[in-house]
Amino acid sequence: MSTPVAAPDLEVVSAVKRFADHTAVDALSFSVARGSFFSILGPSGCGKTTLLRMIAGFIQPDEGDILIGGRSMGGVAPNRRPVNMVFQQLALFPMMSVGENVAFGLARRGVGRAERTQKAAAMLERVGLGNAARKKVDELSGGQRQRVAIARSLVLEPTLLLLDEPLGALDLKLREHMKIELKQLQAAFGTTFVYITHDQSEALVLSDHVGVMNRGRFEQLGTPQQLYYEPATPFVAGFVGANNRIAGRASAVDGNEVQVTTPEGWVIRTRASAPVAAGAPVEAFVRPEAATLGRTPAELPPGQPSHVGEVESLLFDGANSAVLLRESATRFEFRIALPQTGRYADLKVGERIHFSFDPERAACFPAGGSHG
Amino acid sequence: MDDTAGPAWQRRLMVGLLLAPALLWLFALIVLPHVDLALLSFRERTAPRQYVTSIAQYRTFFGEPLYWHIFVRTAVMSVISTVLTLLIAFPVAWTIAKLARGRLGTLLFIVCLIPFWVSETVRTLGWMILLRESGVLPGILVHLGLTAVPVELLYHDATILVGLVYTSLLFMVVPLVSSLESLDNSLIEAAYDLGGNGLSILRQIVIPHALPGITAGCIVVFMLTLGNYLTPTLLGGTSSQWFTEQIYTQFITRFNWEQGAAFGFLLLALSTSMVWLGLKLSGQRFSDVMRRT
Repeated sequence: MSTPVAAPDLEVVSAVKRFADHTAVDALSFSVARGSFFSILGPSGCGKTTLLRMIAGFIQPDEGDILIGGRSMGGVAPNRRPVNMVFQQLALFPMMSVGENVAFGLARRGVGRAERTQKAAAMLERVGLGNAARKKVDELSGGQRQRVAIARSLVLEPTLLLLDEPLGALDLKLREHMKIELKQLQAAFGTTFVYITHDQSEALVLSDHVGVMNRGRFEQLGTPQQLYYEPATPFVAGFVGANNRIAGRASAVDGNEVQVTTPEGWVIRTRASAPVAAGAPVEAFVRPEAATLGRTPAELPPGQPSHVGEVESLLFDGANSAVLLRESATRFEFRIALPQTGRYADLKVGERIHFSFDPERAACFPAGGSHG
Repeated sequence: MDDTAGPAWQRRLMVGLLLAPALLWLFALIVLPHVDLALLSFRERTAPRQYVTSIAQYRTFFGEPLYWHIFVRTAVMSVISTVLTLLIAFPVAWTIAKLARGRLGTLLFIVCLIPFWVSETVRTLGWMILLRESGVLPGILVHLGLTAVPVELLYHDATILVGLVYTSLLFMVVPLVSSLESLDNSLIEAAYDLGGNGLSILRQIVIPHALPGITAGCIVVFMLTLGNYLTPTLLGGTSSQWFTEQIYTQFITRFNWEQGAAFGFLLLALSTSMVWLGLKLSGQRFSDVMRRT
């Protein structure tokens, strides 16, 4: 962790939660450093909500322990934990004003009326809603409600703030905006955030550390950069960011370098991210931006094995534009990001084009494993 | 039929025709009798077949302490019965709406509904079989040695209340279940997460949310109880002193329709003013509440 000196605010020690037919959280251990932004990223049904609800105290783990601020939470009810949660649908109280919503927790702690009104107002001021205290919840916009939900929790100065996909209900534009705002709020308050999401972009943008969860376990725990550039498992490679997945057989292994042959006969060179035996089934992953296009083989970076393909379709998306190719001989589908210089803006569907990628940036894993 | 494309008068005619049965029903069965009763209540018989307009019927009511006493007693007993019904129905509705999952919830709801397949008379007679001196419950009490001889459990105020609560329970449970079902569970969890406990969550989250349903249930139960004739008469006997009995007596026994009509209007005024008071006290709007029933 980045700040090893501070005691972790959250420590999960081999927590297990089983439901009738499956294990939702499977002997999971991790810790979250004080003041950091930690995300749990995973597809729906991976157990991340169960994990979050165990931390909040709504579910008791079957085995293991959860420590918050160094204190075991075994048998501690949700209303006694130094933890607050921002719910997926925000769960603002419609029967109260915005100010009463923020003051609710203070009132429950026995803070006097004058003090809690003043504290709630100060908190609303900090989240940029200084004049909204008297408003009704349904008079606010989506983004404002979001901020009220966070203010309502942070006013209690929790050790840990849990966020359960709070951006899920917002439209795209607002979601992008709230992402930045959440990060700024976390930096300003310095509270430890534990955030769960299935949106890899949210996790990458917001977090100091991310745990990628699948089937009740962490596939990988690391910084967003580590997840993106050094995925530890095929699942992480496939889940975090866009990737070309190339399944085949390791036709030749030379130290770290693996030659992969697809069933159709396309041969590529990759780097082994995990020990690979010659002849074994493998999966290789190549990021769309790791590949280069060229109208002639001479335009490609020297030393990289070159391939030829036909343009299948053009996917224009501003800065994220890409081209979908089919490798000429095997018709294997391959996605390449278009350079932002606009150099290949004139590509036509059906056009023949050369492409290559650095084998060092093609991650190869033994097939099977935990790929969901 | 393509009536939406027609001119405005055609559409108005269409709406009028569609509403006609309802309006006719409203007019023939509610407005007309009430106008007639109102006229009846404001006349006095001076000689056989000789009537004059007067407020004598109302003066009789206000001048006779017995009528007053029964009137107030009926109102108070109805309020008590409504409150008891609410207190009993709330946990039942909470269980159906929040605790029971899937088919169990439906099953519990049906269990509440089943007694209403039997007529009210039969249900009330059932209570009489249970409670009369030679009935089931006094027998059990003697058998257990709690009483030396069988006691008469009928004809007490408490017996009337038991019968009234039992009769009205479903009409409270239904609006409560629908208003509690619409309460988002995450609100309860959020309140709990923010430090709330059972009592404060009930007071600050659950009751404010369910208030339209609570008010709706209370209005319906109060009106049904106030206007109930059978249950108080059968379970309370001569001591029931229910205002509807007075109306019945005037109309049927004494053949004094004028007095009976005046009593009927007094009862209508009572229920209207109690409902108005209830809405004012709970800060609810009539239209919101009626959507819940």
